[in-house]
Amino acid sequence: MTEDLALKYSAVILVTFIGILAIGMMLVANFLLAPKKKTLEKALPFECGIPASPFSWSQIHMRYYIFAILFLIFDVEAVFLLPWILVFMEPITMSPWVFYEMVFFIAILLFGIVYSWKKGMLKWK
Amino acid sequence: MKVIVQLTLVSSAIVAAFIALLFSGQNDIFLKALGASTLFGFLSVVVLAMIWYERKLLARIQMRIGPMRVGPFGILQTIADAIKLVTKEDLIPSETDKTLYWLAPIVVFVPSFVVWTVIPFTPSLVIQEMELGLLFVLACSTLSIVGLIMAGWSSANKYSVLGALRSTAQLISYEIPIIVTALTIAMLADSLNLIEIVKAQSSVAYVLFQPLGLALFFIAALAELGRTPFDIYHAESELVGGPFVEYSGAHWSIFYLAEYFNTFLFATLVSLLFLGGWLGPWLPGIIWLFIKIFIVISIIFWIRGTYPRLRIDQLMEVGWKGLVPLSFANFVLTAVFIYYSWSLWILGFIGIASILLIMFTYKKRKISQPPEIILISSSEVRRV
Repeated sequence: MTEDLALKYSAVILVTFIGILAIGMMLVANFLLAPKKKTLEKALPFECGIPASPFSWSQIHMRYYIFAILFLIFDVEAVFLLPWILVFMEPITMSPWVFYEMVFFIAILLFGIVYSWKKGMLKWK
Repeated sequence: MKVIVQLTLVSSAIVAAFIALLFSGQNDIFLKALGASTLFGFLSVVVLAMIWYERKLLARIQMRIGPMRVGPFGILQTIADAIKLVTKEDLIPSETDKTLYWLAPIVVFVPSFVVWTVIPFTPSLVIQEMELGLLFVLACSTLSIVGLIMAGWSSANKYSVLGALRSTAQLISYEIPIIVTALTIAMLADSLNLIEIVKAQSSVAYVLFQPLGLALFFIAALAELGRTPFDIYHAESELVGGPFVEYSGAHWSIFYLAEYFNTFLFATLVSLLFLGGWLGPWLPGIIWLFIKIFIVISIIFWIRGTYPRLRIDQLMEVGWKGLVPLSFANFVLTAVFIYYSWSLWILGFIGIASILLIMFTYKKRKISQPPEIILISSSEVRRV
């Protein structure tokens, strides 16, 4: 069983390798064919005709973190849902509680999104 | 130079792993390698055709004729463009983080290609059938966010950093409706195997049971692809080009290639999960699949020719206040219907009714105002 799984996922490594190879061929072709003349103006970062500001790595707005945290909560929930959708109708686990518990769990999370909505977290400001 | 040495080391490690696998007596590895190479060629041709078709269709929508000069009906235009891009100079601006800058297109491209390992064109035409195929597809499609933020951050440009942050916010927000609707389909088919999911639709395609699910998946997929009306992160008029501002030549074309691979991927996923994949009367299966993919892609391009772009605050509101609660409601409702084994046709009617209701209330909504902009002078920024 484990060997079988390893064999299946080795196909993923194979395809990754072929993808990198194909892209590498393109980059090598670009390296060989393209002109290489470096000038000072070409090496400047893009800006609309004025000198570029040196602050591009300093400021990130708080709202991005809030949405990242919300995403984490819901993504972890999706991981919980994943095994459940496949087993909740199986005869082994056929207990009403398997079903009700998950509905209760989703209800708690929906309460979470309603709470953050009321708090104004979902507003882009 | 250091990057090239590191890359060589990594790839030689992969080759070593490869040879080790080869001598462990697995002969079908050659066959799979051949299949993967064929797949790359096939997808590249599809991408060239898609770009040509998109330009032609958009031109017709705007009452132009589109590319006409290169080849009959301009069909060789995209090939000429590809050759031009490969012969362009590959610029690296002086202030960039060079390693990240160089690696970012590869990090974006590789997941978008690796996904195709598990996508079946017919039950036998697939590189590797996997029991957790749908999970693998969802996981891989999330990975390319890392590449986008690498590209934007390492470019050391205000526009690209903004574009990268916005793209991250947009992609992670619309990831949730995609995952939840895909899981709803997996629940109906009782499997995460893509071949099993299509086989479960042999009597009725799931679009009839899940019209709301299809609508949610399609809208979220448009956002995930960064296509109009959700192309916030490469909004040309505001951010010049999003995370790819500084890129040129082959590196830029890799981003473009990955984007079109993803468009084709999501069109294929919609056909597999909702429209019954290769199932259909009279014609062979693969032709049915391509007809369905073609229709979905045409709708995506048609939307690009029709709708204006949303603002970023509107985008986040549609995602978090509309799609996320609706997808969870759809999920719970489907679970209830399966648990009590009620007729799924009622679910379909509820879905259509709710779509009509949403369209009606959306027309009567209050239009939200753009957020207030507070201007800070640059001297104040320095003090902070």
